[in-house]
Amino acid sequence: MVTTTAPPRPSAAVTRPRRPKASMTKKRREALAAYAFLAPDVLGLLAFVALPMVLAFGVAFFKVDGFGNYSYVGLANYKLMAHDDQLWSSLRITGIYVVTFVPLAFVVSFALAMLVRNHFRGIGWVRSAFFLPNVVSLVVVGLIWQFLLVDKRGAIANLLAPLGLGDVSFLGTPSLALGTYVVISVWFLMGYQMLVFLAGLKDVPKELEDAAQIDGASAWQRFRYVIWPLLRPTSFFVVVNSTIGAVTGLQAFDLVYVLTKGGPARATSTVVLYIYEQAFTFNNMGYAAALTTVVVAILVLCTGLMFAFTRGGRFDED
Amino acid sequence: MRTRFFPILAHVLAIIAVAPLLWILISALKPAEDVFSFGWPSSWTLDNLQYVLLKIPMPRFLLNSAIVAVIVTVVALFFHSMAAYALARLRFPGRGLIFSGIMSTLLVSLPVILVPLFLVAKQLGLLDSYAGLIVPSIFHAFGIFLLRQYYLNIPRELEEAADLDGCGYWRRYWSVILPLSRPVLASLSVLFFLANWNAFLWPLTITRNPDLRVIQLGISGMQGQYASAWNLILAAAVIAAIPTVVVFVAGQKRLVDAMKTTGMK
Repeated sequence: MVTTTAPPRPSAAVTRPRRPKASMTKKRREALAAYAFLAPDVLGLLAFVALPMVLAFGVAFFKVDGFGNYSYVGLANYKLMAHDDQLWSSLRITGIYVVTFVPLAFVVSFALAMLVRNHFRGIGWVRSAFFLPNVVSLVVVGLIWQFLLVDKRGAIANLLAPLGLGDVSFLGTPSLALGTYVVISVWFLMGYQMLVFLAGLKDVPKELEDAAQIDGASAWQRFRYVIWPLLRPTSFFVVVNSTIGAVTGLQAFDLVYVLTKGGPARATSTVVLYIYEQAFTFNNMGYAAALTTVVVAILVLCTGLMFAFTRGGRFDED
Repeated sequence: MRTRFFPILAHVLAIIAVAPLLWILISALKPAEDVFSFGWPSSWTLDNLQYVLLKIPMPRFLLNSAIVAVIVTVVALFFHSMAAYALARLRFPGRGLIFSGIMSTLLVSLPVILVPLFLVAKQLGLLDSYAGLIVPSIFHAFGIFLLRQYYLNIPRELEEAADLDGCGYWRRYWSVILPLSRPVLASLSVLFFLANWNAFLWPLTITRNPDLRVIQLGISGMQGQYASAWNLILAAAVIAAIPTVVVFVAGQKRLVDAMKTTGMK
């Protein structure tokens, strides 16, 4: 390589042959260093995230017994699903949870963000107060609300007694339990989403709003034509994020597991809780893996649809 | 008029938002027979807290959680900052591919991969062990992403000075980049500690041995054992929540900064 045809410019001839070689080794050293820096995390993510993901699709074709023996069953696990009423009911429950929780959490946290957007006395404490429920664990949240909602004697029953609602069993009535779970989830997550909205609102230039105000725009018009359009990427992020969280987040497991164990009469049995039961209560690992693949497919489809509908949150036309 | 109304509304709503937490704290300090009395307790007591700390292996649960949360946090910060440094600063073939590969794992949450992850952990002999609680909890793309964003904004000149001094990549990372990333590492350590202290599903799945029980498992287990002894359950819940609230109050500003970045670009 060094001895190949000499370049026509003699002045460069001395340094030329050397430079590519030197930078080659520098490049290689840099690459090697980079791979070494990346190795622990990349290997860890491969072993504990990517491999399980791939494995789910493999194990779905097996029946796994209590002793960990695998036997190939083809599509049998998927055929089982067609007649699994509890699966369909838990899919329906997760669906209802998503379409109630996501909009409610969106509106509440957005309203809170608008409320604590501009400075006032004690704003620091107010913001922290809204965020505080998100700091304690979902197990604690579940226990807190179980206690507050104890039939007849709990704090909520006491509060509602003057309205004649003291006897309502919010966690014991199938038709009310899911709604109760939605409200508790909103209470838990509103502070986090509020912070996300606040970060988005920071990017809305004050001058634009002031200009609109000088032009005679009402508060609603300033919101509708200035803030809302500029906030679209943030709104999109919040919707996608909270949809994913509602289907597969810890809120779909920890909270129901502690609060209701999926009851009463399976009224709060989410898909992830059902998968957990299939895997670890009934030891149907293969079936649980097949269910996992279905949830992944649904999730990919939903996020894909959201991206398609909103063009990645840009909403260019309106 | 208007300018007065909204701040007052905000304060009222804030009180309502924290009321359930305050109510639990007050109730945990009531004598057992008063736990459902609706009002200010006539007398205060520490009996409930004392009972759960002495009669239930609460210290053991707390110790297990502390061990797991601290080790995961420290190791994760170390690994993530190394990976982020490479992604932000070094040039190598496949950088874009590796970065998007790491980012794509952000969509995967624990409940989704729980069953196959359990099978992997079982194959690796991680069932019922501290390693099983710790190792799979370390790897998460969020920290890598956040640190990379931060490193992209550190001026290159600082590193080049070290380069001229003949420092290798490790020295540049260790003595230039790492000290500069103290603020972001502090934010992340608050986040990681909280997430791991509050972890429930993975410990529930991977451990059976009562000696390995973490705090969240411990308090959720009281539900069955002490079914209607709400004074004790609440006392345990308060003890489990105190470290998180303390960490939040101490690291509040940092936590908020990190949280905000989640929603950005």
